[in-house]
Amino acid sequence: MNVMVSPRKKLVVIGNGMAGMRTVEEILHRAPGMFDITVFGAEPQPNYDRIMLSPLLAGDKSFEQIVLNSLDWYVEHKIELIAGESVTAIDRASRIVTGEHGTSRHYDILLLATGSNPIVLPLPGVERAGVMTFRSVADVENMLEIAGPNKSAVVIGGGLLGLEAAHGLNLRGMEVSVVHLMPTLMERQLDASAAHLLERSLTQRGMSIYTSANTESLDGEGEGGPVHSVTLKDGRRIKADLVVMAVGIRPNTNLAKAAGLACDRGILVDAAMCTSDPAVFAIGECIEHNKACYGLVAPIWDMAKVAADHITGMAQTSFTPIATGTRLKVSGVEMFSAGAFMGDETTDDIVLRDAARGIYKRLVLRDDKLVGVVCFGDARDAGWYFQLLKDEEHLGGLRETMIFGPVTASADPNEALACMPDNVEICGCNGVKKGTICAAIAEHGLKSVDDVRARTKASASCGSCTNLVEGLLKISLGAEFSATAVKPMCKCTTHGHDEVRHRIKGGMLKTIPAVMQALEWHTPNGCASCRPALNFYLLAAWPEEYADDAQSRFVNERMHANIQKDGTYSVIPRMWGGTTTASELRAIADVVDKFNIPTVKITGGQRVDMLGVRKEDLRAVWQDLNAAGLVSGHAYGKALRTVKTCVGSEWCRFGTQDSTAMGVALEKATWGSWHPHKVKLAVSGCPRNCAEATIKDFGVIATEAGWDLHVGGNGGIKIRVTDLLCKVTTEEEVMEYACAFLQLYRTEARYMERTAPWIERVGLKYVQERIVDNAELRRSLFEDFIHAQKFAQIDPWAEETSCSTRGQKYDAMAELV
Amino acid sequence: MDGMQNAKNFLDVGALEDIAPLGARTVTTTLGDIAIFRTDGDEVFALRDQCPHKQGPLSQGIVHGKSVTCPLHDWVISLQSGLAQGLDIGCTPIFAVKVEAGRVLLALP
Repeated sequence: MNVMVSPRKKLVVIGNGMAGMRTVEEILHRAPGMFDITVFGAEPQPNYDRIMLSPLLAGDKSFEQIVLNSLDWYVEHKIELIAGESVTAIDRASRIVTGEHGTSRHYDILLLATGSNPIVLPLPGVERAGVMTFRSVADVENMLEIAGPNKSAVVIGGGLLGLEAAHGLNLRGMEVSVVHLMPTLMERQLDASAAHLLERSLTQRGMSIYTSANTESLDGEGEGGPVHSVTLKDGRRIKADLVVMAVGIRPNTNLAKAAGLACDRGILVDAAMCTSDPAVFAIGECIEHNKACYGLVAPIWDMAKVAADHITGMAQTSFTPIATGTRLKVSGVEMFSAGAFMGDETTDDIVLRDAARGIYKRLVLRDDKLVGVVCFGDARDAGWYFQLLKDEEHLGGLRETMIFGPVTASADPNEALACMPDNVEICGCNGVKKGTICAAIAEHGLKSVDDVRARTKASASCGSCTNLVEGLLKISLGAEFSATAVKPMCKCTTHGHDEVRHRIKGGMLKTIPAVMQALEWHTPNGCASCRPALNFYLLAAWPEEYADDAQSRFVNERMHANIQKDGTYSVIPRMWGGTTTASELRAIADVVDKFNIPTVKITGGQRVDMLGVRKEDLRAVWQDLNAAGLVSGHAYGKALRTVKTCVGSEWCRFGTQDSTAMGVALEKATWGSWHPHKVKLAVSGCPRNCAEATIKDFGVIATEAGWDLHVGGNGGIKIRVTDLLCKVTTEEEVMEYACAFLQLYRTEARYMERTAPWIERVGLKYVQERIVDNAELRRSLFEDFIHAQKFAQIDPWAEETSCSTRGQKYDAMAELV
Repeated sequence: MDGMQNAKNFLDVGALEDIAPLGARTVTTTLGDIAIFRTDGDEVFALRDQCPHKQGPLSQGIVHGKSVTCPLHDWVISLQSGLAQGLDIGCTPIFAVKVEAGRVLLALP
C-alpha cells in the first residue's frame, strides 16, 4: 500500500534562459528540496550565456564553453527539463501549462521568464533567405551557414547587439557593413566623442560604418530569391550575402497576455516580481516594473534574488532598480557609461582625450557632484567613478585630479582601494563586490589571486580587475601577501607567467602589442626573455589566427637551424621514428659534398646532423633536402623534436609490439607542434626499453598486454626518470593520451619549463586527473591538439625557400667590397 | 647589390623596408660584416656584427627598445653606443647610419 507523504509543491518555470535559471539557482540555494521543479525551454539546448553569443559567432568559444547549466546539472538537482517545446497555453483556473507538443504540467507556483524577441523591421524583402536576427544559438548557426571569407554581411543596427554581431562576422573574414539610423553608434551608452572613437576603431578593423542611414529595402533575385544587397533610402546599395537585423528587443508577453495577465509593454510585476495573479511570478527581459523594462544582466540578477525570496517565503524583499552603469566590451575595446553622461546646460564637463591610445574619459558634474561618466578605451577607474556618482559624494578637492583616476587622487592606490566602501563592484564580469572578496580572504585564509578566483570568481573572466584583487589581498594580508607574490616573467612586467597566460585567454589578447598594452608592460617592446614567451603563449592560445612574429623568435627558430659558436648553422632533417632510406641518405651525402659541409654526425635522437653550414647556403641546402622528401626536423626549436624507437616486433626476437610503426605514427601526428620547451618522445618495443623511453618527455613501452605510458623524463643536466602515467591497450589510446598530454603541457606549463620540472611543480596526480581519470577532458585536449596541428604542420624549410621576402634574412643587404 | 655614392661619406645600402621592424640585416664590407638594426620607431643603427663577448652575430639577436640581445650568450648591447649593458663589460664599434627618402645610408670611416 502506498503511503502518502505530504506532496512537495510544484514549481513550473517557462523559459530556460539566464533569468529563469538564475532564479531556480537562488531558490535551490535558499530551500533545496522545497519544490518539484519543471522547466520548459523553447530552445533545444540547456541554459547558456546569451552574452557570449558574440564569441560563439566569432569562433572564440564553443557552445560547450558558454553553457551555464549542463544537462547533468538538471539531473543532479532533480529538475525536469522539457527542452525544445515552447509553452502555448496557461490555464490559470486549473493551474496547468501546456506545450506545443501537448506536454502539460500542473503548477502551484508558475515563473515566467520568457525573455524578449528581437524586433524585425517590416522592410520590403525581410522574408528573403539570408535575413536573420541575432538572439539565440540557432541564429548563430544560421549565420555560420552563410558566413565565410570574401562574403559580405550587413548589420542593421549599430547598438551593442548589432556591433557584437558585426565583430563576430568580421572575425569570420566577412566584409561587414553596419547600417545605423542614428548619427552616432551606441547612442544610448556613448556620447558623440566616444562613439566617434568606436567608429574609428571598427573602421580600422575593416568594417564599413553607415550612420544616419535608413534602410529602404532588402533586395534579391525576383520575388523569392535570397538577399544579395541592401538599398538605403539615399539610394546607396551595399552587397550582402547575409543581413542581420539587430535594432532592438521587445518583451515577450504573448503567452502572458493570452493567459489574461496584466501587461503593458512587458508583463506587469510588483516589487516582489509577482504578476497580477499571486501564483504567477515573472522575471527578466519580459517584465515591466514601474514603467521600465530591463535588458542588462545586473538588475536581472537582483530580480532573481527577490523572486526567490518570495517564492520560497524566506524574506519579504523588494526589487528596487538601482542606478546601473553599463560596462561593455565591443570588439575588444572597453567602455563604461553611467548617469546623465550627455550633460546639459546645468552641468560642467571634465574631459581627457588621448587620441593616439584611443582613450577618452568624460566626467559630467553638476554643482559639486558627479552625475555622469563615459570611459572609452580604458575603463579601469569606472568602478570608482560609479561609486562617487551613486553616493552623490561632494567632490571638493578631488575635482582637480579625479579625471586621472583614484591612483592620482590618492597618493597610494591601495589607500584609495582601502577607502572604497564594501559594496563597490570590483569584478564586473562576475558581479563580485569588494566586501565579498575581503570576507572570503579573511574567512578562508586566501593567499593568492588564484585562491580568490577559485572562491569568489573575482577576476576569473576577463582579468582586467586583477590589479584590484591583488590590492585587496595586500590590504588584507599586509606583508604576508608580498612574501607569497609570484615571480614576474622578466623585468619588463610585474606579472608572472601563469597570470599572463590567463589574461591572454580571458582578455582575448591576440598580438604581442595588445598583451603589452593591456598588461602594462614597462618597456616599449619587451626583451629577449619575454618576447619569445609571449609569442609562444599567443600561438598556443590562438592557433588559427595568431600570426607568428619572427622578430620575437630566438635566432634558431627564426632561421630554422641551430646557430653554432662560429656563427654557422647545423641542419637536421626529420627521420620519422629514426627510420631512413637509401635515397634520403644519398641526398644527404650529395648535399654534404655540394656545400662542403665539414662535419656530419649521428644525433642522440636517431637522425643525421650536418654541422658548419653557412647562413647564405641554408636555403639551397633545404631545397636539395626537400627535393628528396626530407623536411625540417625542428632540432632547433622549443618544439616536438624526435620520436626515438627500437626496431620492435617486426625484427626483434624480444619485441612484443611494433614500436617503430607506433613511433612513426606518433611523430607524424605531433611534428611541427610548438611547446614551452623542447619535447622528446620514445617508443620501446619491450620492457628492455632500448629506446630509453623512461628519460623522455613522453615515453611508451610495449608490454604483452599493451602499452605503458610514461611522462616527465629528462636526460639533461638534471636527470629525471619518468613517472608511470597509466597503462593502455590500443594504438589509438596511445595516440590520444600522447596528444592530450602534450596539449595540457603546451597550454599550461611556463615558457622554458620542460615537462620534468612542470610535473614536479603541479604533481603527477594533477596530470593523471586530467589525462587518465577524465575521459571527456582528455578527448577535448586531444581534439584541441589535432585542431592546432592543422595550422602548425607546415614544413618551414619549404616555406622559407618558396617565399622571397622570407628569404631576405639569409642574405646580406648589400656588399661594399 | 653594390653600394652607391649618395652623399659625402654615406652609401646607399638598400631600402628601409628591406629590414623588418625590430629586425636587422647585414652589409658585407672590407671591415667585416656590419649589422643594420631597425627599431619599432623606424630608427636605424649600425654596429659591427660581432658581440664583444664571443663574437656572436648581433644581427641574429632579438631587438628591443634601443638594444639587441646577442643570440649566443644573451649579452645586451646598446644600439646607440655599442656598449654592453648591465654587469657585462665590452664595446662593439658603431657606424653612422641614417634614413633618407626611405633609403638606408651607411657611412664607413
